[in-house]
Amino acid sequence: MAIFINEHTPVLVQGFTGRIGTFHAQEMIDYGTNVVGGVTPGKGGSTHLGRPVFNTMKGAVEETGAQASIVFVPPPFAADAIMEAADAGIRYCTCITDGIPAQDMIRVKRYMRRYKRDSRMILTGPNCAGTISPGKAMLGIMPGHIYLPGRIGIVGRSGTLGYEAAAQMKALGIGVSTSVGIGGDPINGSSFRDVLEHFEKDPDTDAVLMIGEIGGPQEAEAGAWARDNMKKPVIAYIAGLSAPKGRRMGHAGAIVSAFGESAAEKVEILKAAGVVIAPTPAEMGSTIAKVLAGQRKVA
Amino acid sequence: MDIHEYQAKELLSKFGVAIPRGGLAYSPEQATYRASEIGGNKWVVKAQIHSGARGKAGGIKVCRNDGEVWDAADALLGKRLATVQTGPQGKLVSRLYIEEASDIDKEFYLSYVMDRAAERIVVVASAAGGMDIEEIAHNQPETIIRVTVDPAVGMQAFQAREVAFGLGVEPDLVSKLERTILGAYRAFRDLDATMVEINPLVVTKTKGIIALDAKMSFDENALFRRPQISELRDKSQEDPRETYASDRGLSYVGLDGDIGCVVNGAGLAMATLDMIKLAGGEPANFLDIGGGASPERVAKSFRAVLKDKNVKALLVNVFAGINRCDWVAKGVVDAVRELEIKLPVVVRLAGTNVEEGRKIIDESGLTVISADSLGEAAQKAVAAAKAATAKAA
Repeated sequence: MAIFINEHTPVLVQGFTGRIGTFHAQEMIDYGTNVVGGVTPGKGGSTHLGRPVFNTMKGAVEETGAQASIVFVPPPFAADAIMEAADAGIRYCTCITDGIPAQDMIRVKRYMRRYKRDSRMILTGPNCAGTISPGKAMLGIMPGHIYLPGRIGIVGRSGTLGYEAAAQMKALGIGVSTSVGIGGDPINGSSFRDVLEHFEKDPDTDAVLMIGEIGGPQEAEAGAWARDNMKKPVIAYIAGLSAPKGRRMGHAGAIVSAFGESAAEKVEILKAAGVVIAPTPAEMGSTIAKVLAGQRKVA
Repeated sequence: MDIHEYQAKELLSKFGVAIPRGGLAYSPEQATYRASEIGGNKWVVKAQIHSGARGKAGGIKVCRNDGEVWDAADALLGKRLATVQTGPQGKLVSRLYIEEASDIDKEFYLSYVMDRAAERIVVVASAAGGMDIEEIAHNQPETIIRVTVDPAVGMQAFQAREVAFGLGVEPDLVSKLERTILGAYRAFRDLDATMVEINPLVVTKTKGIIALDAKMSFDENALFRRPQISELRDKSQEDPRETYASDRGLSYVGLDGDIGCVVNGAGLAMATLDMIKLAGGEPANFLDIGGGASPERVAKSFRAVLKDKNVKALLVNVFAGINRCDWVAKGVVDAVRELEIKLPVVVRLAGTNVEEGRKIIDESGLTVISADSLGEAAQKAVAAAKAATAKAA
């Protein structure tokens, strides 16, 4: 099953004809993603990569029946593109764009509240590598071949650190059901907790690896939710053990500004919630292997 | 992005927040001139650096005559002022703000932050002004008032009144305080700030409400639409290593260790620093070279990292996905050759075409050390840095 996307999900690319959109749309098509078209305002009616281009998301969804979209639109216009997707009835959207102003994301989140929870678009990102259900579909910019299809969910803020995890897992023969990037921005579409909820419900996911980092309250919130609501084991690694307080470490959201936001504090909070901690970034794969071995023994 | 106190005050005053009369000075002579321009018989000479807690560090001086103003300015200008926030190296004082002294009746705390849990702008106020917010939260948490703003309609007057009455001012001052609270909110929203802090906001003995100190930070992602804010950047307040890197599009944070790091991706970069610490070493920097570890970006990154003279070894960690390892490896080898790097360079590549990448590194004939895993790379870099230190000693 996987979450958010599979081999059948019809996908639109927002910012389809730009340099970055074109490159990654081709990669996604090559991976087997069901890309049904794209949107670039002003270029409607033309064909790009063998797929139709539309002026508006509404028009594109009406024509193609698309259910998911990926946003490659530049920062000044990205928030607008996300709201357009939500309004057009897209069910799942991932936004790759890095550099969206935080107040634009506040507006996006507020705008999306106009839809009832069960009909509201699920947004992941911005500032992420996207989502992949290995062997099925890729809605992102990751190298698809490093993921082995399997039964472990991955959710993380960082792109390359997620690749690192997937590669460690592949080396140990552990596969991935879906890997979801929630992005490095302070205000994002879905939190760790939101994505854990989807993995808990997914019959094809047995355990979840959560890759967090310094800054913000989302890891701690996810830990508390997992303790109270999850049957599946959660394994976590938190990056930024050595990050000084008050400094922004690359990601707009990676800054320790309140109690409970440092890596060490998050690790303690998660441990107390029953989450298994990978002690170093080199041991994400092996920690999952240990948890899985333990489960088999119990069963 | 941070700005100076006087800049924050100037911005806030345009939104209806009252501030004391003051002027900028770059020399003791200008400082005394400013004081005479302002008039009165009591002034405050304030060092302009990007840091709070300046008062405790001796950066704020109350003066009662020309001579005192001159002496205060003379003592502060050109000095590096170290506060609890700047660390021991301090920050250079090259501008002073001379202000009329105010007769304070009451002091409040007022700030606006981007609340990540609420995903909204939150106003935080307390009647226990003058202390920093951590102290207030610790000593008098019951005085803290929080109001969340709905982004669809913005802050409402009743919300500002709630804060004003909560602070316990006399009824005849409420409307004045309401205007201040709403004005500072509009400044936050319209200028894409991430933080506005007025501490203290004071009630004077003549029933004025003025911002005695002000701090503002801005969302760097929004600077493209706030050119007037970008112009307020003061590079002299930044770590020169960081200025050099950020001017070249690199995301860099200077640290105190001796292992220079070049990594693609912010998360992987943080994880690499963690591995160095766990292996017993100290990273000299955080550096994310961004997507596409092209040879040009690798060379640029090396230059930025080598600006730091404490660096004794380099660690390159690249997860090449879309870009192949052999291409990244070539970029690293070319950069090491071109920049004639003599320091040990540990390179760890992962991802597509990793074998070919390693081969290029191993056959380069350079003193480049290759590593297979994150753990191995960190250990080799720490060992190399320790060997270099031992040799130097």
